Amino acid sequence: MSKMRYSRRTLLKSGAAAVAASALPAPMVWAQEIKDITLRQFGTGVSNLNDVANKVKEDLGFTLEMTALDSDAVTQRAATQPDSFDIADIEYWICKKVWPTGNLQAMDTARIANYDKIVGIFRDGKLTPDSEIAQGTAPHSVGFVEGPGGTEFVNNESGWMTLIPTIYNADTLGIRPDLIGRPIESWAELLNPEFRGKASILDISSIGIMDMAMVCEAMGAITYGDKGNMTREEIDATFAIFTEAKKAGQFRAFWKSFDESVNLMASGEVVIQSMWSPAITAVKARGIPCVYQPLKEGYRSWGGGIGLSTSLSGMELDAAYDYINWYLSGWVGGYLMRQGYYSAVPETSKNFMSENEWGYWFEGKPATDVITSPTGDALAQAGDIRDGGSFEDRMGSVACWNAVMDENQYMVRKWNEFIAA
Amino acid sequence: MNRNLTSRHLIGWLLAAPLALVLLLFLILPICLIVVVSFWQSTAFSMIPAFSFENYEFLFGSPVTYAVFFNTVKYALISWAVTLVLGFTVAYFLAFHVRSLTWQVVLFLLCTVPFWTSNIIRMISWIPFLGRNGIANSTLMSWGVIDAPLEWLLFSDFSVILAFVHLYTLFMVVPIFNTMMRIDRSLLEAANDAGASGFQTLVNVVIPLTKSGIMIGSIFVITLVMGDFITVRFMSGSQSANMGRLISNDIALLQYPSAAATAVVLLATVLLMIAALLRIVDIRKEL
Repeated sequence: MSKMRYSRRTLLKSGAAAVAASALPAPMVWAQEIKDITLRQFGTGVSNLNDVANKVKEDLGFTLEMTALDSDAVTQRAATQPDSFDIADIEYWICKKVWPTGNLQAMDTARIANYDKIVGIFRDGKLTPDSEIAQGTAPHSVGFVEGPGGTEFVNNESGWMTLIPTIYNADTLGIRPDLIGRPIESWAELLNPEFRGKASILDISSIGIMDMAMVCEAMGAITYGDKGNMTREEIDATFAIFTEAKKAGQFRAFWKSFDESVNLMASGEVVIQSMWSPAITAVKARGIPCVYQPLKEGYRSWGGGIGLSTSLSGMELDAAYDYINWYLSGWVGGYLMRQGYYSAVPETSKNFMSENEWGYWFEGKPATDVITSPTGDALAQAGDIRDGGSFEDRMGSVACWNAVMDENQYMVRKWNEFIAA
Repeated sequence: MNRNLTSRHLIGWLLAAPLALVLLLFLILPICLIVVVSFWQSTAFSMIPAFSFENYEFLFGSPVTYAVFFNTVKYALISWAVTLVLGFTVAYFLAFHVRSLTWQVVLFLLCTVPFWTSNIIRMISWIPFLGRNGIANSTLMSWGVIDAPLEWLLFSDFSVILAFVHLYTLFMVVPIFNTMMRIDRSLLEAANDAGASGFQTLVNVVIPLTKSGIMIGSIFVITLVMGDFITVRFMSGSQSANMGRLISNDIALLQYPSAAATAVVLLATVLLMIAALLRIVDIRKEL
């Protein structure tokens, strides 16, 4: 019965009296039936991990089916196939695109046990009270709606969340220090002719355009009003610069999936490219030097969260809330933070990490012992410091968030042309 | 008499009905739908029924479309020419040089061995082979043929066409081999007796008699290459595009109407090319 206690307690705490009342008189039935519940989750590869599904089965008793897709496919499915999923693990900019379809339902923050401990970025947009909000689709700006059936985003903590934040990070360029042999300090280096034929950028328009904007701004070629919401002129100017570079042979390839970026870097086809944190980890795990280079212009950041399908109700919905509360209770956070991501509620994750791991990944302290990945590969030796430093250093210098713009459709067509050019 | 005739007609119609129905439901209807949707408008997440030429205007108004179109045809023609020469040679060898039927069958099966794995895997396996530090480059460098790795081996038009040829040559071999096997051997002897050289026999006897096989193989290769997108994406490192990639990009970005318009244009082009091919050779007569 120990597995039961968790869900009962959170249900009580959340104050969903009616639900609790119907569930409590017959806990045996509930325990039996929860085994038959299957929740279908889909999302990007970063957090759709089989280990999480196994742990859910162990801790909560129900079955979680995971499907990992790329960002475009995730958007497509969330927008067009609402009945194919119960839980959508999507990014905030995808949420901005998908929410108007009405395929997701708002969540009652009163039922989220650790809501108060969620990092400020996802609530009022500020990491610390005096931090500035970066450009782009900042998570808090699409994080709340006015009520259960709300279609408009509101910019206050209304108590109804669109996505429960689960995972986020600050992205920058990945480099092969052994093949470059000099310090890299600026986004502008991506288009440095020195790396002709050895650079790459990701072929996912909504993220790629942000990396491009970071580069163009760093080069001093374009000054943007808001990189997360460009005008047509800004979009044209950005693509003009990159199309010229592409025609001059600057890029070796473009990548669309995580594995492609790892292979490009590990094989030495590319020495500088847009990259995601665990891809760096994967390259390092092969014994190849690879640095997630902090750059003076700051990071391009992203955040993901769990959204619930509108069709979820009754016991499945309760199970989904259990799942969310469990997600924020620390085990997953620890698991993800050991891969270099951040958890929405870092303090609960701390209990699931060793002091050395917490110091290395979160506080930016030198490792006191070997740091291993969740799969057991050595990622850093004693004395190593995480690229970019501590949580505050990294999340504190976010220059923009992944975004979807008003001129999205125009940008998408331009992106298509850029790929074909 | 009259009643017999009508019932015969009726039976004929009934016999044709299942296939007609299947084609109607799964071919004609979807194509009609694509044509209809191609006139719709779209936002980031939804489609708006309309009758607008916007998608076509954008498609024909962008110089990129023509470049991509040219690229598509270029890939198709080069791949076609190479697979034709290779396929014809292999089929000729199998049909006329290998004397025993057992060996013909064995060698033919050998040709199909690569098809036991998925074509994506066959394609991707080229990537480590052709890479900057791949087997091809390191071998050439150790032989002293080149001093620096050849960059154009991978993520280039060369690698795209190489993959196409690798993937589709068999589609040329099979129909050509099939028609060659049906050539009456006495015709070749007669040509020989009449004093024709080997080359003359090839040009005047074998090629005209294998025209239908060549044509079927050509249709296979051209339609496959014109409609492909994944080979182009992987082998060019996403750096070049054909029509298929335009469509797949549009779909990925939820721009269904725009994808539909591109698909309609691609379909029309392929149909025109096939129609032109069929004018040269009447397949039904030849078979």
